[in-house]
Parts: sequence; C-alpha cells; structure tokens
Amino acid sequence: MIRFESVTKLYASSARPALDGVTVDIEKGEFVFLVGQSGSGKSTFLRLVLKEEKPSRGQIWVAGKELSRLSHWKVPALRRQIGTVFQDFRLLPNKTVRENVAFALEVIGKPRHTIAQVVPEVLDLVGLAGKEDRMPDELSGGEQQRVAVARAFVNRPMILLADEPTGNLDPATSVGIMRLLDRINRTGTTVVMATHDSHIVDSMRRRVIELEGGKVTRDQSRGVYGYAR
Amino acid sequence: MRWRFVFSEMMIGFRRNLSMTVATILTIWIALTGLGAAWLMHQQTNATKDYWFGKIQISVFLTKDVTQPERDAIRSQLQSLPQVDQVYYESKQEAWIHFKEQFKSVPQLVRNTDPSALPESYRVKLKDPKKFQIVASAVQDMPGVDQVAAEAQALKKVFRLLGGLQNVMLIVAGAVLLASVLLIFNNVRLAAFSRRRETGIMRLVGASDVYIQAPFILEITTAAFIGGVLASAAMFAIKALIVDHGLKSAFGGILTYIGWDAVWGTIPYLLLAGVLIAAVTAFGTLQRYLRV
Repeated sequence: MIRFESVTKLYASSARPALDGVTVDIEKGEFVFLVGQSGSGKSTFLRLVLKEEKPSRGQIWVAGKELSRLSHWKVPALRRQIGTVFQDFRLLPNKTVRENVAFALEVIGKPRHTIAQVVPEVLDLVGLAGKEDRMPDELSGGEQQRVAVARAFVNRPMILLADEPTGNLDPATSVGIMRLLDRINRTGTTVVMATHDSHIVDSMRRRVIELEGGKVTRDQSRGVYGYAR
Repeated sequence: MRWRFVFSEMMIGFRRNLSMTVATILTIWIALTGLGAAWLMHQQTNATKDYWFGKIQISVFLTKDVTQPERDAIRSQLQSLPQVDQVYYESKQEAWIHFKEQFKSVPQLVRNTDPSALPESYRVKLKDPKKFQIVASAVQDMPGVDQVAAEAQALKKVFRLLGGLQNVMLIVAGAVLLASVLLIFNNVRLAAFSRRRETGIMRLVGASDVYIQAPFILEITTAAFIGGVLASAAMFAIKALIVDHGLKSAFGGILTYIGWDAVWGTIPYLLLAGVLIAAVTAFGTLQRYLRV
C-alpha cells in the first residue's frame, strides 16, 4: 500500500537529510507506528506520502502508483484515497461539527444526498452523534480530534495518516482516540501514525518503525516504544 | 461542480473582504468609464467625418437643374483662383456612395433618403485653408451654385477637442486600470491568506484546483462585473450630458451625433473587459500565492 525505496529527502535549508535512504514497505490493512524524536523525519515521511514534498532521491509507491510519475492534476485523486489527522485538529472554527465533516465531501464535488447520508454515519462511528450542531470551540480536545478523524475518514480512504494525533490530549482521552483509530483499521484501512507517546505504542503492540536522524533504526512487528535501547 | 457550495464560499469571501471588494468595484468602475468614454469620443469623431473630411476645405453644392455650361463655368472660375490647389467633382452617384458609407450605422436614414436628393458638388482643396472666404465669395452667386460650405474648418476644432478629450480619458483610464489590477492582486492575495486554513484542508482532502480557486476568481470577477455595470450606466450619462446636452447645444446641426446604439454597442465590451481583467489577474495571483 505504501512503499519507500531508498528515499532520501533533503531540504534546502539544512545540510543534513530529513530522510536518509529509507526503505519501508507497508501492506494493506496494517497499523504502523512511526516513532522517533522530533526532527527524526516522521512528518517528512507523511508529507512524502501525500506528495506535498518530492523525494530528493528514491521512489515512493502509494496505492499502486509511483508518485514521481503522477502528474500534477492527478494529485487530488491520490489525496482522496488518504485521510489525514493532525495534532492541532485543523477544524474550521466558523463551521459546525456536521459542516466541518461535510466540507471534505463538498470540496471534492460529492452530491448532496450522499453527504446527507454518510456524514451522520461517520459521526456516529466516531461517537459524536448528538453533537452535530456544536461549534468546534464548544467541544473538548478529544471531541475535536474525533471530528478531525471523522473528516479524514468520511470519504472512506484506503490510508489514514495521523501525525501526533494524541499530542495535545491527556492520556485518558488519548486512549479513546486510539480505540477509534483501531476500529478504523479493522475496517481494512491502512493506518500510519507518527507519535512519541510511548504508553500508546507499548499498549497497542503493533508494528513499529523507528526513525533516527532520517534513518530507519528499527522495524519490528508487535513492537514497543523503547525496545531497541 | 457543486455551484451552490462554490457560491456560498464566494459569499463568505465577500463578507470577509468587504472594504477591499468595494475598492475594487470603484476602481474598475472609474477605469472602465474612462475607457468607454474614450471609445464613445472616438465614435463621435468618426460619425462626423465624411469621405471628403481632411481632403478639402470647401464644398460647392450645385442646384438640381444645373446645366453643363454652368458646371464648366464654375469649374473654370474655381481653377482660375490663385488660392485653389485642387478641384474635385462629385457626381450624384458618388455622393450617394459616400453617403451610404458615412451612415451605414444608421440604416433607417439610408433607407429613407432618395439618392436623387443628394446634390452634385465641387470639392475644393485650398493652398491656404484660412483663405476660404475669398474662394467662397467668388463662386457663391454664380448661376448653378446652390450653397457653398466651409464646415470642415469649424469641424476641425471640434475634432481636436474631442481627440484631446479622448486622449485624457485614455490616460486616466490606463492609470486607474493599473491601480485596479494592483488592487485585485492585493485583494486576492489577502483573501488567499485569510482563507489558508480552508484551502489547506481542501488540498489535503483532494479538492481539485478548480474547486480551490473558483471561489476567489468568482468573487473578484463579480466585483469587476458590478464595476462594469456601473460604468455602463455612466455611458448613458455621458451620451445624455456630454453628447446630447453639451455638443448638440454648442454645435447644433453641423455634427452627426452618435446614437444610443453606440452606447449599447459599447456595454458588452466594458463588461467583458472588466471580467477578463479581474479573472486573469486573480488567476495569475493565485498561481503564485495559493499553493495547490
């Protein structure tokens, strides 16, 4: 589903590569933790999957497509197969919960009756039934992240990328979000989650890819956070 | 394309950038009014210029029942004058051809004119146009002469005035047009910045370029269209006040005046120019300031 082959990413502003010869293969339906310290290359990895950045060297396949051969106008179609969740939620403050989720479908031109049908379904899935008309600032952090997950998942993407989704949440709330991501993973969606929350990684016992200075230093199925050291 | 959605996004943008949008409407209005006014002046100038304009200074119109000896006498009298440079003869047929050409934009006038009603004439070019009075009085009372006209002299002043006015309009319009392009550039850049959260999410969930850019472009072209409508209204005011009230009361019957059809003909171009300028500027700005 996601395949990196000797991928190196250099930014103009830094002499040290953000990713350095990374080769990783993530199968369909997997749940993968991407761990490592800040600046280890986790976010760069996710940005490369979204084709927000181009690799300096190496090749990347996502959903069967080699990204360097994907023309500019086909990038939106790629991104429709990928849902993304961030640490800071990135909700639209002037739209309700329902409108925030519907926005993701409206902007890709989905018909209204489809939106009217799938938005309540996904809000129910993330446990926000009954809060459709709240504004984001009326919700707790955990609820806001659930809205963000609903928005990322409403189009039923094949891949869900999560960049520190629990970074702003307390441990109890984080567990709820992890259960939600786990449930989404069970529907067959490949989940890649960047984190440095060791408790979560340890408790989930899923595949762990550790990055350090842009290099893969560990790739272990059913891993824990600090195992290698 | 879900137009309802694009439209509602556009309205949000309108409310958010209201002052800048109003400024855009006003500058587009002034720029297009200048352009349109210059175009009307140009048409007004052309409406009066007939085939002989600029070639001759005096027209000697002959009576209907003029005889051949009279014709010859008038011609030799004209040619004998030292002030005369060239004498052209315009027959009734030629007069009709030139008349049709001059009034082709007013077909009902051409239809209602009897070709035989147009007089034959001698068209006279002078060595010194200021001496037209001497030449006119020399032939005025000859048999076969109906009327001697030296309108071209007076008209030249009018045309110089109209031409000057037209140039001033063009300069003002050019300057204001540049201002509106810069304003649109800034307006779109600001709008793109203030909506970066929305566009960021749109990009992320796979919205196409068209969906992301359409609200910005529609917002600014709508403003430009409103400016164009206001400029169109100004065209009617210019025709009523400057042409019908100003020029007509000053020059009366010696000029041919542009009609309302000239005003109507200008309007589509004004609207199109406004919309195109805005759309192209907005599109160019978005390529630079809205990463898609």
